[in-house]
Amino acid sequence: MHDVFSNFDKVLSAFWLTIQLAVLSGIFSLLGGIVLVAMRIGPIAVLRWLATIYVTLVRNTPLLMVFTFIFVAAPTLGWFTTTPFLLKGVIAVSLYTCTFVCEALRSGVNTVPIGQAEAARAIGLTFTQNLRHIVLPQAFHASVPPLTSTFIAMAKNTSVAAVFGLAEATFRMRYFTNRNADVTIWIFIIFAVGYIILVELISAGGLLLERRGKAAR
Amino acid sequence: MSSSVLFDSPGPKTRVRHRLYTVIAVAVVVAAAVWLVMFLDDKGQLTDAKWHVFTLTDYLNVIWHALLDTLSMAGAAIVLAVIFGVVFGVGKLSDHAFVRWPSFLVVEFFRATPVLILMLLMFFQWGIGGGFWGHGPYVSVVLALMLYNGAVLAEVFRAGVLSLPKGQSEAAYAIGMRKTQVMTIVLLPQAVKVMLPALISQCVVALKDTSLGMYIVAPGLTYIGRQIYIEQRNQLQTALVISALYIICNLILTVIATWMQRRLVGTKKPLEVGMTALAGANPTSAK
Repeated sequence: MHDVFSNFDKVLSAFWLTIQLAVLSGIFSLLGGIVLVAMRIGPIAVLRWLATIYVTLVRNTPLLMVFTFIFVAAPTLGWFTTTPFLLKGVIAVSLYTCTFVCEALRSGVNTVPIGQAEAARAIGLTFTQNLRHIVLPQAFHASVPPLTSTFIAMAKNTSVAAVFGLAEATFRMRYFTNRNADVTIWIFIIFAVGYIILVELISAGGLLLERRGKAAR
Repeated sequence: MSSSVLFDSPGPKTRVRHRLYTVIAVAVVVAAAVWLVMFLDDKGQLTDAKWHVFTLTDYLNVIWHALLDTLSMAGAAIVLAVIFGVVFGVGKLSDHAFVRWPSFLVVEFFRATPVLILMLLMFFQWGIGGGFWGHGPYVSVVLALMLYNGAVLAEVFRAGVLSLPKGQSEAAYAIGMRKTQVMTIVLLPQAVKVMLPALISQCVVALKDTSLGMYIVAPGLTYIGRQIYIEQRNQLQTALVISALYIICNLILTVIATWMQRRLVGTKKPLEVGMTALAGANPTSAK
């Protein structure tokens, strides 16, 4: 255990990388998810099919295979050969997570009763006003719980990057267990607690957002 | 799409505009597809040499056995996870605080921990060097998946029991059943019905997570896939084939889950639980 505590800066810097990976992937998968959901519930049939196909395929692919495409297969085509590891990790996690974000947002839109939009049109709100003031606020509020779950899963999924050599928390845990095999359990607990703190922070954030947006029905 | 909350039924002008967008979208998609095929051809990715191994019986045999390994790991993990889930799910519902709190802590701990570090713990603590009866990596994957999925299922299970009408347990108590009887005879069978679709969906998660076994050299599709592309240098093709196998298995499971949802639960919303106690504590998601 002495080894871990005297090198605790390595633990912290590994978790810092995990946080960077999670935050950047969170931003990009949110943007990607918004684009996907716009295609998926929009009026253009071709885009609807495209988004549905992408979501269905990627959701059912293990994240490790998405990483394989980005880290192993793409370089053989001449892609991402000089891209930094962190960025490649963010791309892989975002390509995967944006499909779950899309589904979370879609379920939010589906919870808005159609009467809301009809009433809005009846009192003469335009399409944009309808979306801005009536549909999207309610849809977003309903999406918060599934979005929180999605981002928690994503934060834990960043651990897959360790398999491809990104020196984040899981990678560092393996480094320490290799050097101190006698205290594997304690090293595991330290790193597990680190992840649990991250996860609980995200769920606390989700809870806060949900409370703030609560509307009387 | 006239019943959408987002937009009214389109008028003649809008329909013309939509048709224009459709034409543009199709043109872009077709152009992208043509470019991709030409690009892959240019890079020599479509040659027979790159795909040839997937027609050889020796390789197909190896992939088939890897698929069986993957499925058996996921299957074993889910069976164990159901047991784990029932024990800790009932534990969380217990009237005794000394049962409830430890169950709560165990479930929360394993729900918030990444599966990969659970695998590392299992493998490097007990599985390495002939541990677990000589099947170290395999058993490590199964146990890690059991802990994670079991913790999720414990929550699903608890939500399933709580979703039942209160009258069910009240009636059971009224006719003189004891606590255990109420749980095993009245609540459990009904909760199982509600949680079955969620259980099948969890199988998809478990199946996808078996892929992580590659990190601790467990047998399975990703491990074999890696061996193939290292040997044959056909990274793209192998990744496509392995992903396709996962997708097919998962789609089959999804179809079963949807069918069960329709048969057993009806039009009611599927059971959903949050990822942590905090996120699951709100009444809106437990509806």
